Amino acid sequence: MQMPEPSVDVLSRKARIVDRLRVGLPAGAVIDDPIELKAYECDGLSAYRCPPMCAVLPSSTEEVSAVMRICHEEGVPVVPRGSGTSLSGGALPTADSVLLGVARLSRVLDVDYANRFIRVEAGRTNLSVTGAVEQDGFFYAPDPSSQLACAIAGNIAMNSGGAHCLKYGVTTNNLLGVTMVMADGEIVEIGGAHLDAGGLDLLGLVCGSEGQLGVVTEATLRILAKPEGARPVLVGFDSAEVAGQCVSDIIKAGIVPVAIEFMDRLTIRAAEAHVAAGYPDCEALLIIEVEGSEAEIDDQLVRIIAIARQHDPVEIRESGSAAESEKIWKGRKTAFGAMGQINDYMCLDGTIPVSQLPYVLRRIGEMGEDYGLQVGNVFHAGDGNMHPLILYDANKPGDLEKTEALGADILKLCVEVGGCLTGEHGVGVEKREIMTAQYGADDLEIQMQVKDVFDPQWLLNPAKVFPLEASAGRRM
Amino acid sequence: MKVRSEQELAEVLAGANAPVRIQGGGTRDIGGPVSGEVLEVGICGVELYEPEALTLVARAGTPLAEIEAVLAGEGQRLAFEPMDHRVLLGTKGEPTIGGVIAANVSGPRRILAGAARDFALGARFVDGSGRVIKNGGRVMKNVTGYDLVKLMAGSWGTLGVLTEVSLKVLAMPETEATLVARGKDAAEGIAALSAALGSPWDITGAAHLDPGVAGPESETRVRIEGLAASVDYRIGALQREICVGWEVFRDDDSVALWRQVRDVAPFADEPVVWRLSVKPSAAPEISEALGVVGLGHAALYDWGGGLIWIAPGPGHDDAGAQAIRAQIAAHGGHATLVKAPADLRARIDVFQPQTGAVAALSRGLKQQFDPRGILNPGLMG
Ligand SMILES: Cc1cc2nc3c(=O)[nH]c(=O)nc-3n(C[C@H](O)[C@H](O)[C@H](O)COP(=O)(O)OP(=O)(O)OC[C@H]3O[C@@H](n4cnc5c(N)ncnc54)[C@H](O)[C@@H]3O)c2cc1C
Repeated sequence: MQMPEPSVDVLSRKARIVDRLRVGLPAGAVIDDPIELKAYECDGLSAYRCPPMCAVLPSSTEEVSAVMRICHEEGVPVVPRGSGTSLSGGALPTADSVLLGVARLSRVLDVDYANRFIRVEAGRTNLSVTGAVEQDGFFYAPDPSSQLACAIAGNIAMNSGGAHCLKYGVTTNNLLGVTMVMADGEIVEIGGAHLDAGGLDLLGLVCGSEGQLGVVTEATLRILAKPEGARPVLVGFDSAEVAGQCVSDIIKAGIVPVAIEFMDRLTIRAAEAHVAAGYPDCEALLIIEVEGSEAEIDDQLVRIIAIARQHDPVEIRESGSAAESEKIWKGRKTAFGAMGQINDYMCLDGTIPVSQLPYVLRRIGEMGEDYGLQVGNVFHAGDGNMHPLILYDANKPGDLEKTEALGADILKLCVEVGGCLTGEHGVGVEKREIMTAQYGADDLEIQMQVKDVFDPQWLLNPAKVFPLEASAGRRM
Repeated sequence: MKVRSEQELAEVLAGANAPVRIQGGGTRDIGGPVSGEVLEVGICGVELYEPEALTLVARAGTPLAEIEAVLAGEGQRLAFEPMDHRVLLGTKGEPTIGGVIAANVSGPRRILAGAARDFALGARFVDGSGRVIKNGGRVMKNVTGYDLVKLMAGSWGTLGVLTEVSLKVLAMPETEATLVARGKDAAEGIAALSAALGSPWDITGAAHLDPGVAGPESETRVRIEGLAASVDYRIGALQREICVGWEVFRDDDSVALWRQVRDVAPFADEPVVWRLSVKPSAAPEISEALGVVGLGHAALYDWGGGLIWIAPGPGHDDAGAQAIRAQIAAHGGHATLVKAPADLRARIDVFQPQTGAVAALSRGLKQQFDPRGILNPGLMG
C-alpha cells in the first residue's frame, strides 16, 4: 500500500500552521508532541501507520469550523477521525495532514421520544447513544461489533452496519440529519427531525462518503422502541453449502430474523478455544435471532427450526434463557478476537448475493490453499456481507504482501459473482486501488466530481477511496 | 421521442442540443413545468429476480404493475408502498419503476420500513453528457464509493436518466389489521399515533384524517402486519395500552383504508394539494396556524403526523405558498406543491426553496451531472 509523498511546502510551514491552530482553539486542543501523536498514527487497520503533522481535538462545531478555515487558508490536508476503529485505513493520516479528532464532541443535545429521534454530537460512541435512551425503552438500531468504541461520526462516514441490520437497516437508513463543517469552514445543516429531503438527497450522499465531503459534528438519529424480547437458535451443519441453502429457505419463507450469522469450522474452533461457548465441532454454524413477545418468538422459532430440520443439521440448540442466549452469542461476538489469538489477521468485508454463498466459500478455501494462507469465515449471512479473515504472521517478511494479494483476489471474486468490494468497512486506503474492479473510469470520475463540489481543493481525507493515479490530478 | 435501450439513450443525450423532458409512464406530472421535447424511457424488463436474496433488478421503464406481479408470484412486494399518483393527479398511463425511484415515492409504510431510496440498492443511469454510469450494486450491504443511488432517488430526472435499478424486496405479511378511532382532534390523534409508534409493536401505518376527509368524523388509524398470531397479539396489546376501544378492520378492509391514505384519494378532486414533511409533533400546530392566518383547508396526516397533505381550497392566489412556507421556516422540514395547474407551478416554487450552502451544493451537483442543463431544467427550481 502506498501513500502520496507528503507536501514539502506544507511541512515547511508546520510551525506557523500549528501556531495558528493554537490561537484558534482552547489550550490543550492542539497536539504536536511526537510521542502523543503516536496515538493517532493508525486506525483499526494497524498494518499501516503514519503520524500526522499535528492533531486537533475541538469541542464544538464552531471550533471545528475554525480549524477548517485555517487549514483551508493554509492548504493543509485534514483527516477526520472518530474513534479510530476503521478497518480500511479511513482515518490513516499522512505526514503533512492535520488529524481532526471529534472525540470531545460527545454530548447528547436532544432526546425526543414523541418524535422518536435523538440528536447527539458526532464524537459520541455508538453504544452510548443507546445508553442515553434505553432506560426509557428505546435504542439506536445500527450496532457494529465495535459499538463500545466507535463513534457516530465514523458510523456516518462509513455507513456502518451491524448484526441486526437485516431487520433495521444500516446507518443511512437510520440517519435523519447532520450538522457538517465544509472544507472551507462553512457550517451546513442537512435534514432534521423530518423524513426525506426536500431537494436533492445530500444526506444520503454524505453518509458513506468516508470523511471526504465534510466534517460531521452533530447528528439526528432515529430511535426505536426496544422489542419485548429476542432469542437466538444455533444450528450446526455438515457443509457450508447446506447452511447457505437453509438461509435461503428461511428468507424465502417470509421470515425476517433480526440476524443470521455464519461461522465456519476454523472460526468455530478458534471461538471454542477462546471462550468455550459450547459450539458443535462442524463445518458451518448459523446463529439465527428473532424478536418480539414470547409467543411471537416461539412462533417464529418453530417455523425456523422446521426449515432447519429439512437440512439434516448436526445440532439445533434453541436458547431457553437469557444466559443461554448470551452463551450462543458469545462465541460469535468474540470470534475476531479469538482469531487474533491464533495469529495476525486481515479482515475482509465483501458482499455477495446470498445465492453465491456456497460457491464463494469453496473458492475462498481453494484460493487460500494456493497462497498457503488459512482463511476463516464469520459473517452476516442474511445479507451476504462476508468477513473472510486471512491469518498471517506480521513478523514474517513477505507475509503481509501475500495476504494483501489474496485479499484483493477474494474481493475481486465477490465483484465477479455480482457483489461488491465492501459491505460496511469502507474503501479507505485498503481497497482504494481495486476500486477499478467494481467501477469503470466514468463511474469513478463522476464520484470524484461530487467531491469537487464539496471540497474543490481536495483537502479532506484526499488519499482515500479513489485509486491514487485516478485522483492524482485533483490532489494538491 | 422514445428510447428503447441504454445505448440509444446515451447517444440521444450526448447529441442533444436542447432540453428534454424525461418521462417514464407520465403519471407524475409534478414540479415546475419543463419545456422541451418529451423523452420517454421505454427501456423495459425485469432482468433478475432472486427471491431468496430479496433482490430484483429491473430496467427503468418497466411498469410497476409488472414488477408487483412478478413479486406477488413469490409472495413478495415492494415494502415502501409507492403511492399511485394517478389517483390524486388524474393522470393516465402506467407508472414505471424508474419514475418511482427518481421521485423517491413512498407510502404509509415508509414510517417503519423506509423510503423508496432505502430500498434502492443500485442504479445505472445516463448523465446529461451522455455518460453511462453505474453505482451501488444488487447486494443489500454496499459501501463501495459514494452512494449516488440515494442522490438519484428524489432527483426527479434532473441529474441523470435512470436506465436500471436494483431493489431490495420483502415478503408479504401473512395478514394485516387496522385499528381505527373516530372523533379525535388532530392533536389527540397524533399524540395517540406517537404513543403507538413509540411502542414495540411494529406499527406499519399511522394516519389521522381531519373531519370531512374520509367521513364526517375524523379518523385515526394504526396498522399492524405480520404472522397471524403476532398480529393478533399486537392488536390485543395496543387495545389494552394505547388504542383502547378502537375498532379493528382486517385483511381487505384494512388494505382499502391504507390504499386511500397512500394515494391521498380523498383529495382527488382538489385542484391544489401540498405535501409537507415535518417533525410529527409539530403537525397539529402547523395546521392550526394555517387556519389562523386564514388558510382554510383540510388535512390528511400520514407517517404519524410527519407527512401532512393539505388541500387549501379556493381563494388563495398563491395557493397558500407564503403561509405554508412560513410554517416550514418556523418548524423545519419541507413543503412541495404536488398538485396545481401548470401556470401556478410556473409562478410558485414547487419544491422547497433552498438557501446558503445547501443551495450551492445542489447547484454544484447539477452542474457536474448535467453541465448543459438539458435534463428536466426548471423542474426542481
Ligand atoms: C473489532 C471491530 C469490529 C468492527 N465491527 C464492525 C461492524 O460490525 N460493522 C461495521 O460496519 N464496522 C465494523 N467495524 C469497523 C469500524 O468500527 C466502523 O467503520 C466504525 O464506524 C468506525 O468508527 P470510528 O469512530 O472508529 O471512525 P474512525 O475509524 O475514526 O474513522 C472512520 C472514517 O470516518 C471518517 N470520519 C471520522 N470522523 C468523521 C467526522 N466527524 N466527519 C466526517 N468523517 C469522519 C474518517 O476520516 C474515516 O474515513 C469494526 C471494527 C473493529 C475494530
